[in-house]
Amino acid sequence: MSAHIEATSPHGPAGGHGHDEDDAGAPHSTFKGYMTGFVLAVILTAIPFAIVMGKVFDKSSTTALVILALAVVQIVVHMIYFLHMSTKTEGGWSLLALVFTLVLVVITLSGSIWVMYHLNANMMPPSMQEMKNMP
Amino acid sequence: MSELITPTLPGTMAEKVSTPANLKFFVTEEVHPENGTLLGFWLYLMSDCLIFAVLFAVYAVLGRNYAAGPSGADLFDLPLVALNTSMLLLSSITYGFAMLEMQRKRLRPMLVWLAVTGLLGAAFIGLELYEFAHLIHEGAGPQRSAFLSAFFTLVGTHGLHVTVGIVWLVTLMVQVARGGLILENRRRLMCLSMFWHFLDVVWIGVFTFVYLMGTLP
Repeated sequence: MSAHIEATSPHGPAGGHGHDEDDAGAPHSTFKGYMTGFVLAVILTAIPFAIVMGKVFDKSSTTALVILALAVVQIVVHMIYFLHMSTKTEGGWSLLALVFTLVLVVITLSGSIWVMYHLNANMMPPSMQEMKNMP
Repeated sequence: MSELITPTLPGTMAEKVSTPANLKFFVTEEVHPENGTLLGFWLYLMSDCLIFAVLFAVYAVLGRNYAAGPSGADLFDLPLVALNTSMLLLSSITYGFAMLEMQRKRLRPMLVWLAVTGLLGAAFIGLELYEFAHLIHEGAGPQRSAFLSAFFTLVGTHGLHVTVGIVWLVTLMVQVARGGLILENRRRLMCLSMFWHFLDVVWIGVFTFVYLMGTLP
């Protein structure tokens, strides 16, 4: 089965690199990189759980902001160390797609929350006082 | 590419027309990225990201509409969620170890790490199903309130992705065991690697936004 490694290679003579040591375009990952990412991820997961379960902050809004910020940092850590994102991946196209997606995500999330924030207030039936004042 | 745009001065126009071999109106060579599959799979993941973004938006809008039913603070069992999170995080690093073994072309250790990853993923799904069954048994099923509908849709979609990932993982283990670490199998393993780590990234959002913020007063 392994005899046709080169024969079925999708790259023509021009596309190949002369040797098949590494797959074309694939990032070369290292043990150190994975372990760095893993340790950072564990720390960044443990802190928000400790904050919420230990009730560190009195105000809910403070807690929410802190754990959201930690989540963003952890997502960046996962992107760099596990998904091997960098400005050079696929000649920059991966990052471009990511940035485009992030723009759409931010528009979707902030737009939904902004527009629907007064959902309950707007759907509430008018009070008796308002009914009386209606023309 | 530089031959495509040939600046022509007015004086040299006649000369250019007489030699049509110089003119190129289209790209004659195919342009391939270094590895099109990985970029294409990344684009799929980004579109999947949009699905999750919409479900997160639904949860953000409806997450506090309890319909006089139980709230997140009443329902969520944070130690269980912490255990679940650690399962998924551990499965991420074991998949990373499998990729390192793949780079060293060591088949047997790689299969072992993949099996460990699959078992951790199965443990994650098992804990999630236990949680869902527990909630439904308590009368907090998806039809109870808008909050629970949004919760089950978001977390259930993520769980479905992980389940499909496990099926894919088992399929690849069989393929690698039969075909060896040929280029095609290595490419497939790298796609699954991105998929698996991506699901872990989505889970960061889930445990932060749904579970931890849901239990806040």
